Amino acid sequence: MMLSVQSIDAAYGDAQALFGLSLDIKAGEAVTLIGRNGMGKTTTIRAIMGLTPPRAGAIHFEGQRIDGLKPHEIARRGLGLVPEGRQIFVHLSVEENLVATAANRTKGATPWTLARIFNLFPRLAERRAQSAGTLSGGEQQMLAIGRALMTNPRLLILDEATEGLAPLIRQDIWNCLAALRAQGLSILIVDRNLDELMRLADRHNVVEKGRVVWSGTSQELAAERERIEQRIGV
Amino acid sequence: MPFSRQTIAGLLIAACLIAVPYAAPLMGGNYAITLATRVVIVAIAASSLDLLIGRGALVSFGHAAYFGLGAYVVAIASFHLANDIPILGWAGSNEALVVWPLAMLISGVAALIIGALSLRTSGVYFIMITLAFAQMIYFVFVALKYYGGDDGLALNSRNLFAGERITDARSFYWISLGALALCLFIQWRLVVSRFGMALRGAASNERRMAALGFSVYGYRLVAFVIAGMMAGLAGALSANLNRFVSPDMMGWVRSGGFMVMVIMGGVSSLLGPVIGAATYLLVETALAGWTEHWEVVFGPFVLLVALFAPRGIWGLLRGRACE
Repeated sequence: MMLSVQSIDAAYGDAQALFGLSLDIKAGEAVTLIGRNGMGKTTTIRAIMGLTPPRAGAIHFEGQRIDGLKPHEIARRGLGLVPEGRQIFVHLSVEENLVATAANRTKGATPWTLARIFNLFPRLAERRAQSAGTLSGGEQQMLAIGRALMTNPRLLILDEATEGLAPLIRQDIWNCLAALRAQGLSILIVDRNLDELMRLADRHNVVEKGRVVWSGTSQELAAERERIEQRIGV
Repeated sequence: MPFSRQTIAGLLIAACLIAVPYAAPLMGGNYAITLATRVVIVAIAASSLDLLIGRGALVSFGHAAYFGLGAYVVAIASFHLANDIPILGWAGSNEALVVWPLAMLISGVAALIIGALSLRTSGVYFIMITLAFAQMIYFVFVALKYYGGDDGLALNSRNLFAGERITDARSFYWISLGALALCLFIQWRLVVSRFGMALRGAASNERRMAALGFSVYGYRLVAFVIAGMMAGLAGALSANLNRFVSPDMMGWVRSGGFMVMVIMGGVSSLLGPVIGAATYLLVETALAGWTEHWEVVFGPFVLLVALFAPRGIWGLLRGRACE
């Protein structure tokens, strides 16, 4: 098991957001979190990354326990986060955004390089010297993904990566994720677009009130689609 | 466009600084050179502070402490040598190539200790804790009657530079300008390096750096120590220029002055703090010759710059290009 989240609780102050949530991701697998707003999808990701440390339960990554570690220690194990709202470094140039935090700590055989990122996102190559704050939303999203890839993660975590983007740009992002998937990268993704998620991912988890209330494969999701769509309100 | 406004402004500033010793006979001789030397020395301290404020978003309100410590190292080493009293088994020294690096070392160690503690806080707390440490050092030197306490400590002569006496104002100006050029070069290399990117990235989003596997604390501490060492060098030069040190060199008024220079000149720019230091000292000198209450005029001047040039004087000079 690559990532194993075992019945974690997490809270913001007094407001508990996760109630014994469990989740597994095998190596090379793409797994989704789906559900309404405020049900705990982002909190789950924050808990995994150590940004909102869980109060109970355990999280293991590649067999080692990671809950309780500091966010930068967790990231160093090989988790790459593409956060909600992108959050690129607006005062750095495109190239600096990619290079600043680049690393190959997990000693991947074919590490990500600037050239490979620019190959994946040609639009970033055109704007490499530009200040990242001047990019469009879609370009910023590509940059956020590129920045995460440059840390050579074993597991890529995407939180609402296509939210608020124009349909064409959205399709670019999905195509890119499919390409990454084909290269064997493990992915945990939060999104709303069920069609694309079913195409991309192996398994899906419906999150409701801080728990996983349904999980299954893409075929199972397709079979129960109507019922699940009602639950998650898409 | 072969020359941006930025490049032209930079070249003009460099030309002015290099022209000073040649133009000085037309503008009051040694007095002009001494004033220009003050500008250059203070510019070293101000630009080192910009490494923290501009690049790292770390508003240190105690930068004068490292400046003053550097100055005191020079004065104390010279004091012991002149009075033939060894300090900790060391006879003291008057050699610039010994005491200036020593000044940087001691300022750097102070910055390491203070930085290690204060960088655990952020925002307003960081401002207050850096100020508190600086004031602590200030009061230590006020209380050190042995080294003159409140009255300060005079140096018998300038340091020797590689055994040579620095007698004329011009040579000392060139040495100071060389030090400024070296500090600016190092800062430029730092800012564009991955270290600089990480520092700037942490300034815009600390948590994001962490989520990408970077602990910002170490980067900030290194920047804090480098800035402290550069301020220490500026202090050592300043002690030589005035042949006098006093606790006022490390007080909060001086720290505030450095901050005004950085902000007035333009944050996050290599030359902004240099322009800020020049403007501050020249305006101060001009106004002080005119009225004793020069601050009454200087205050509104700073206010106007802050209101109408939010990116400082450098921001006005370079225009809107390459934002």
